[in-house]
Amino acid sequence: MKTQRHILGILVEDQPGVMARVSGLFARRGFNINTITVGSTRDAGISKMIFSINGDDKLLEQVVKQVNKLVSVIKISELKPSDSIIKEIALIKISIPSENAKFDIIKCSEIYKAKISDLTHKSAILQLHGEPEKIDAFIHLVKRYGIKEVSRTGVTAMSRGICVLNNKN
Amino acid sequence: MKGTEAIIETMLKSGTDTTFGYPGGSVIPLFDEYLEYEGKIRNILVRHEQAAAHAADAYARVTGKPGVCIATSGPGSTNLVTGIMTAYMDSSPLIAFGGQVAVDLLGNDAFQEADMLGITMPITKHSFQIRNADEISETILKAYKIATGGRPGPVYIDLPKDPQIQETHKSIPKDVHIESYQPKTHPHTHQINKAAQMIMNAQRPIIVAGGGVVLANSAEELTSLAHFLKAPVTTTLMGKGSIDESDPLSLGMLGMHGRKIANYAVLNCDLMIAIGCRFSDRITGNLESFADNCKVIHIDIDPAEIGKNVSVDLPIVGDAKLSLLALLKALTENIAKDTSWYERIRELQKECNCDYNEKAKINPRKVLDEVLKVKKENDIIATGVGQHQMFSAHFLKINKPRTFISSGGAGTMGFGLPASIGAKTARPNVNVFDIDGDGSFQMNSQELATCAEENIKVNPIIISNHYLGMVRQWLEIYFGKRYSQVSLGKNPDFVKLAQAYGLDGTSVTKPDELKDALQNQQKSKDTYIINVEVEQESNILPMLPPGGHIKEAFGGCMVAPGCFFNKR
Repeated sequence: MKTQRHILGILVEDQPGVMARVSGLFARRGFNINTITVGSTRDAGISKMIFSINGDDKLLEQVVKQVNKLVSVIKISELKPSDSIIKEIALIKISIPSENAKFDIIKCSEIYKAKISDLTHKSAILQLHGEPEKIDAFIHLVKRYGIKEVSRTGVTAMSRGICVLNNKN
Repeated sequence: MKGTEAIIETMLKSGTDTTFGYPGGSVIPLFDEYLEYEGKIRNILVRHEQAAAHAADAYARVTGKPGVCIATSGPGSTNLVTGIMTAYMDSSPLIAFGGQVAVDLLGNDAFQEADMLGITMPITKHSFQIRNADEISETILKAYKIATGGRPGPVYIDLPKDPQIQETHKSIPKDVHIESYQPKTHPHTHQINKAAQMIMNAQRPIIVAGGGVVLANSAEELTSLAHFLKAPVTTTLMGKGSIDESDPLSLGMLGMHGRKIANYAVLNCDLMIAIGCRFSDRITGNLESFADNCKVIHIDIDPAEIGKNVSVDLPIVGDAKLSLLALLKALTENIAKDTSWYERIRELQKECNCDYNEKAKINPRKVLDEVLKVKKENDIIATGVGQHQMFSAHFLKINKPRTFISSGGAGTMGFGLPASIGAKTARPNVNVFDIDGDGSFQMNSQELATCAEENIKVNPIIISNHYLGMVRQWLEIYFGKRYSQVSLGKNPDFVKLAQAYGLDGTSVTKPDELKDALQNQQKSKDTYIINVEVEQESNILPMLPPGGHIKEAFGGCMVAPGCFFNKR
């Protein structure tokens, strides 16, 4: 079976240790996690986690079933890339070796709609949001100037249209 | 009321009148409260916390009600861990209370502090930490609900010291609702109808019954289905007792140490109806080739077990009892069944009645045959883990569910004696036998003190071969008889050990002494040990090499039974 990236939306009860329960389950069952994001939701007491994992369909099925068994988990559902908005934010600290490089970097940033959040003589912080592939491509592009540090949020996602991830359906 | 009152009142309300525990600093208030409830709730004081967990686990297995164990913080609670894991692997509704340091000391590495929520996370169904006396009743009710709901399992409750002594004005709620925990128990009608169709089309069906059948109290429904279909039934270790093993349709256990007849029926069926089993590696051997010639219907209350190990043609998520009832209803129209499959199985079963040679040394099977002569239908057998356990699985015919208590998934040595204490506490009017090995017994032999002090009469029968027999067998077969770290040497004198605790016992070295020994054991008012010196190097056969194909099973009593299946 084909290994690919899967995005999972998980609604959990907002209690101490929930993150440990979910991520611990992933670890001990040998499911590899690419990214995790967690935040509050519309409803008080309920948090949403977005997991990005790599694996084939059989693995995905097990992940979903095992996570669903956790008492603190209200709902888990896959967010298919074709039907979802998937976004990530990245901060990229880059060195500026020369004046020419600075102009190149500014140009690249304009094309990718990256914002320059900080600028000194020797470095800049570029802020970029978008699909993770776009961020990958941008990092690849500016790598030659010397990347000092990268902070990525991991993906967050939401299904398109009127459908919502909630505990009612 | 005080927090400790709330704890005991909630337990009583939930039907718990017996706990198994061991005190320590952080649970002093709780055990102090027990004095106020004398005659209403009893704590069995064990000699090691591990035994408390096993006893409570066995109590749960025998009754179907949650078993409760209590330990203090730190080492007290970590000693519960093996018992919690044992309950987890076998889906037993255990509720484990662990004391904890005061809330404001949490995370400070205080005296006897251990992160028990972290430690028990992978081996519990759920866990709680009570930080305020107001949370006590609701949390405990939730724990009972989670432990017994859906697929049962252990729940750990971390109990810091201060909520125990705080006052609470909250009354005990009638019921609790857990939004995120609503297990599905009713099978889907559409799936049931499809299953009925598959069953009607099958020529050679076999039923594989796991622990789920026992847990759902559906032995009767299972037997009805088997009889209706004239389908043979094989069980996992945990499923033992789900069909009366003297029933002609019962084939006994399948898998690594399964009966040949069971494994060959699995190999030659065209439809496998698996109910409440999780297809562990000890059942399937090589996964690729398991059940590759038949269709599989898998009924389980835990959706995650379906398709986890074995590919399934028809999944049914639901309680075993409800699913079996639905299936029986869907199958009411009588189908003319070809009985040749049933007849072939019957024919092979006759071939399977092997016998042992009555030698000077006692064969382990001989011990079990003698036990069967004194064991009554409702009597309970608990076992340790090892060769004696597999001998018991083979040769002890069990007639009723919840009367064979053994650590299956975890394979926890030392389970037998504390488990028999738990079983006897739950069922004081039946005899409880602990069929144990000399290695296994010594892992929790301190519990003889519990038997003596609490007046719990159990019947330990130690099958002594002076080896860690199962490992020795592996070394003999797979390591060219290089025996490393398996000899138990002379063993302690088990009779003197019993006597040291104020109990008694006897040691048996000849086959004809067994009968008298068992009678003396029955007559004794107190726990009475029988130590049986058996053949040192007898093997439990047949055996399937780990990860091997069922066809590769060797040893055992049927001579080349495969040939029966090849002619039609």
